[in-house]
Amino acid sequence: MNVELALPTRRHEDFRYADIAALETVWPIVTEEIAVADGAEDSLQIVETGTGAVARHIAITLGKGAKFDLRVLTAGPAYGRIAVDVRLAEGADFTLGAAQLATAEETLEIVTEVTHAGLNATSEQIVRTVLAGKSVGTYLGRIAVERGADGTDAEQSVRAMLLERTATANARPELEIYADDVKAAHGCAVGELDAQGLFYLMSRGLTPPQAKRLMLQAFIAEAFTGAAGEEELSAAAIARLEAIL
Amino acid sequence: MLKIENLQANVADKPILKGLSLTINPGEIHAIMGPNGAGKSTLGYTLGGRPGYEVTGGSVDFAGQDLLELEPHERAAAGLFLGFQYPVEIPGVSFVQFLREAANAQRKGRGEEPLSGGEFLKLAKEKAGLLRMDMDMLKRPVNVGFSGGEKKRAEMVQMGILNPKLAILDETDSGLDIDALRICGEGINAIMRAPDKAVLLITHYQRLLDYVKPDFVHVLAAGRIVKSGGPDLALRLEEEGYEAVVQEAA
Repeated sequence: MNVELALPTRRHEDFRYADIAALETVWPIVTEEIAVADGAEDSLQIVETGTGAVARHIAITLGKGAKFDLRVLTAGPAYGRIAVDVRLAEGADFTLGAAQLATAEETLEIVTEVTHAGLNATSEQIVRTVLAGKSVGTYLGRIAVERGADGTDAEQSVRAMLLERTATANARPELEIYADDVKAAHGCAVGELDAQGLFYLMSRGLTPPQAKRLMLQAFIAEAFTGAAGEEELSAAAIARLEAIL
Repeated sequence: MLKIENLQANVADKPILKGLSLTINPGEIHAIMGPNGAGKSTLGYTLGGRPGYEVTGGSVDFAGQDLLELEPHERAAAGLFLGFQYPVEIPGVSFVQFLREAANAQRKGRGEEPLSGGEFLKLAKEKAGLLRMDMDMLKRPVNVGFSGGEKKRAEMVQMGILNPKLAILDETDSGLDIDALRICGEGINAIMRAPDKAVLLITHYQRLLDYVKPDFVHVLAAGRIVKSGGPDLALRLEEEGYEAVVQEAA
């Protein structure tokens, strides 16, 4: 168990927290450590649908050839922070599929640090954020490729959808690469629902909230594709989308 | 069924429809033809209630209701179907899921019981069959990766499933090869040729009208209907061109 006692401040060079005031209410955060042995596979599904503040810090260490599948749905908390540190040894594979859905004054963030420490490790992160009202959704994703970690393949796909112009989306992908043979792809987009698509769906009889919900369901679906708990995650996400719309 | 009187509409503050009047009775098939920029698609979108198509004058009565007061989904529930010239691709949403929700939303709007999954699939299969479309295609995301012809056939399958009173079909024939044109034409006849239904075909060309015989043909130019006639008017247009017919009417 690893507990950081001092609350971070905005002066920190490595400042990665969206809401210090809310953070104070859940501080200190106990790091949840997960180690996956060489060649082993594990997974974790995090569903935070309560309304209170929640902050979790998960540190995952993957042995040689180990695999980890992490799925996250944050949909409900006034402040919701999921921080994930992952360290991959040779040939390890890490998948993150995350969706965060917020409305009103909610602040949600996903903060990752994925370190490729060995040869030929692969990581893929898919993060989808839906923001209504005056909510704030943040993704900070750092990928570090250590010296000698050739053959690294690291992907980030980050998209946010603003349902109202009063909402704020932040996305900051960071790459720190100290190896030569590296594939690191990151895509990042913030957008609004396609008006043409909405009209098409409504012209067939869907009410405006139904049409939006269907398009948003499709928007976040990729984050849960292939998850063991795909249906459960989708159902929880749809319930929250219906409440937001 | 549909009574349009002196309809005027703007797109981006520019007047496009400038006093269009048209009455369609149950059992009738009307074709609106006209040159590019005449306002044909604007008419379709305005009747469908698309945002950005602003009605500035006139009235539209649809089966006893003021159509212009209704939201797009309410127009659908009232029995209006708009076939799109360019059907929209919606990644991640399957046709089956979307159409079942749409059919049931319409039924709810009319105070009817929803269709069960089994009932819906049976209906979808029957209508897809009319358009020679494989059910597997309807399990795919809406219009994604469909060819132009497949999109138009899928529009007709949607029309079959939703079973409207009035279908406004905006250039359903564009992008179709000869076989697909015939299949779509036969589909329109099978689904919409009925004493209590009506169709408004919006088209550039006479060729669709070989399969779907209209009772009335209208020429739209500069935002107004300038000439109306029977099926022979379409043939004349094809021979003489719009310009001659429009000038003669002026």
